[in-house]
Amino acid sequence: MNSLIPLFIILPLAVAFIIPIFGKLTDYFAKTITPIMLLILCFFSISLLFNSNQESYIIGGWQPIDNIPIGIYLVLDGFSKLILCIISIIGFLVSIYSISYINKYTSENNFYTLFCLMIAGMNGVVLSGDIFNLFVFLEISVIASYALVAFGVGKNELEASFKYQVLGNIASFLILFSVALLYWQTKTLNIADISNILKTHEGSALLTFTQIFLITGFGLKAAIIPFHAWLPDAHSSAPSPVSAMLSGVLIKAIGVYVLIRLFFNMFVFTYEIGVVIAVLGTLSMIIGSLLAINQWDIKRLLAYSSISQIGYIMLGFGIGMMILSKGGKESIAVLAIAGSLFHMVNHSVFKGLLFLGAGAIEYRTNTRDMNQLGGLAENMPITSTTSLGASMSISGIPPFNGFFSKLIIIIAAVQGKFYLLAFLAVIVSIITLAYFLKFQKSVFYGKNKNFTDIKEVPFAMSFSMIVMLILCVGLSILAIPSIREVILDQAVNSLINVDEYINLVIKN
Amino acid sequence: MIVYILCFILFLVGLYGLITRRNLVKIVISLSIMEFSIFIFLVLIGYIDGGIAPIVSEKIINPEYVDPLPQAMVLTAIVIGLATTAMLMSIAIRLYRKYKTFDIRVIKNLKG
Amino acid sequence: MQGMSLIVKKVAQLMAGLIFIYGIYIIVHGHLTPGGGFAGGALIAGSYILAILAYGSDTIKLKKEETGTSLTESISILFALMMAVAGFFIGTKVFFNNYLPAGKIGELVSAGVIPLYNIFIGIEVAAALLTIFLALIIYKEEIEG
Repeated sequence: MNSLIPLFIILPLAVAFIIPIFGKLTDYFAKTITPIMLLILCFFSISLLFNSNQESYIIGGWQPIDNIPIGIYLVLDGFSKLILCIISIIGFLVSIYSISYINKYTSENNFYTLFCLMIAGMNGVVLSGDIFNLFVFLEISVIASYALVAFGVGKNELEASFKYQVLGNIASFLILFSVALLYWQTKTLNIADISNILKTHEGSALLTFTQIFLITGFGLKAAIIPFHAWLPDAHSSAPSPVSAMLSGVLIKAIGVYVLIRLFFNMFVFTYEIGVVIAVLGTLSMIIGSLLAINQWDIKRLLAYSSISQIGYIMLGFGIGMMILSKGGKESIAVLAIAGSLFHMVNHSVFKGLLFLGAGAIEYRTNTRDMNQLGGLAENMPITSTTSLGASMSISGIPPFNGFFSKLIIIIAAVQGKFYLLAFLAVIVSIITLAYFLKFQKSVFYGKNKNFTDIKEVPFAMSFSMIVMLILCVGLSILAIPSIREVILDQAVNSLINVDEYINLVIKN
Repeated sequence: MIVYILCFILFLVGLYGLITRRNLVKIVISLSIMEFSIFIFLVLIGYIDGGIAPIVSEKIINPEYVDPLPQAMVLTAIVIGLATTAMLMSIAIRLYRKYKTFDIRVIKNLKG
Repeated sequence: MQGMSLIVKKVAQLMAGLIFIYGIYIIVHGHLTPGGGFAGGALIAGSYILAILAYGSDTIKLKKEETGTSLTESISILFALMMAVAGFFIGTKVFFNNYLPAGKIGELVSAGVIPLYNIFIGIEVAAALLTIFLALIIYKEEIEG
């Protein structure tokens, strides 16, 4: 079964190029084949998650010579399996949601082509074991997302897409420059081989230079402060299913995933880089939530809160790296990293659900301004219930899943004696609760001023929202230690034990 | 050593154009210039003193080739840069139809 | 869009053919010299664009051409993907396998399946660049009437 790993890249790519040929003949071709293909990928990735078999796959069959890898490798270990599950499940639910939503736009064939290309690119980034291959798939998915942000060609969408493109282009060639510097120092492009060679290098100034450029490049893709300037415009002007995919999956699969994979598995841990990542995470947490309080546009508020939650994730990883590099107790670092991974899974589910809810409101009322909305809870019961569930989940109220992941990160910070970071995390959680209460009150409860005769959204949209709410409640079982060992611990082990990653590729 | 400094000067020229120019098309051209400097840097990495071009032929005995791997990387990266520039130019043309100008000081609808 | 003057038309007539042949040479010798699918495809697209710019876009039917190039692009990528998937079933059962016989180093018909990939990728890159160019011309014609 494991030798079918390239299917994750072949299937979306093939569907993306079949759709323009057959989409002109029949009307509903693109709308039916994309959810079917994503459902197949969903089942495949969940079965790989529980199979607990890590493997590397050589494209082209080029066997290593003298234990030096010369082919392009696709590596599947615990961390990749988790992100593949997230991409497939959220992609499937969003593609069912967009069956009804895309009626507002013309040329739906192009939408599904770009969507499948974006998913193929993200799968390639997550599976790749070779840095230049990672760069090529990164560019595929990012160019598809530029076109998706500008999909409804109004004034706001075009301006937001142009700003997103200029900053994304700068990020891409900072990444290419770092790849060039790494090739100069180690004369190889394979991640495991570079890790082997860098173990015997001392820390030279050129290596620290490369690390800073990598943090800048991938920080621009992951929208950490101070590289966040494109995110509020791009995520609020895009169509709502695209916003849910971008904010829930893309900034994690190509921003946070690559940063953590390169810094934990390729470079040697240093204390300074851990401090840098933790400081950037704390700044993102605080500034993102403070900027979100004053917003009166629904999707801009959700975009700023995305920046804040990504700050939580980077904080957890930074604490883990700081503890491991000083040789501290490994159990605290394992707790911090497991909390961050759990928060990654949770954030994609509840932020996706919030954006889909905002899209449902926009579908019926054609406005996103919180001053004009109000009292929609009687007219749209399913939307308001699911949105309330997601808001309670992101603010950290039990028994939803957000509470457990934030609790694990705060406990790890307290046990590692970072009392200031734990205090700031609790304060930001309270501020998050504040602005989400404002969001819920001014949109769903209160007096209904203008929109007294709107109905509920169609079945396809409400199906996706209800399934995501069930996932929100159901994912809190991942905090129970016995289930956590099956799913999260294999990801944490593959990050901490670097030798395991090297042994998957270079079998000596 | 001096060729690396020339690459850096080309990068700075592109950066100057990106920061100080107000026309949308000039911003796109400056981004292109910045990318080309990275490509030149990549090809220069694989240079060996006294090496010849990596072309296989029967008449050359015991050749010492320059490194062909950065050349393959640059070919792929050039096509990716082309796709990005084409994407930027289409959005710039659509923006011109909506706003009737290329000046970025006029296109400022999204704030906050 | 109107054409250009007589001198430009005559020179473009000669040069477009030469550039086209040079592009095919770069594609077919992709396993022996630097180049391959990408660079050769860009050259072939360049020769078509030169001819269209010199003679004006009033001489071709734009919508039909654009559907033609879009279809060519999708079909040639699907062919390349099918050849790669066929590696699953033949030979050592790996994706992207090289399953045709490799001849002597330095000959034109050698290195297994690589020249076929170069040809398909070259057609695809040329068709993609032509589609972008024709789409921009169609947009300009629509707006300016």
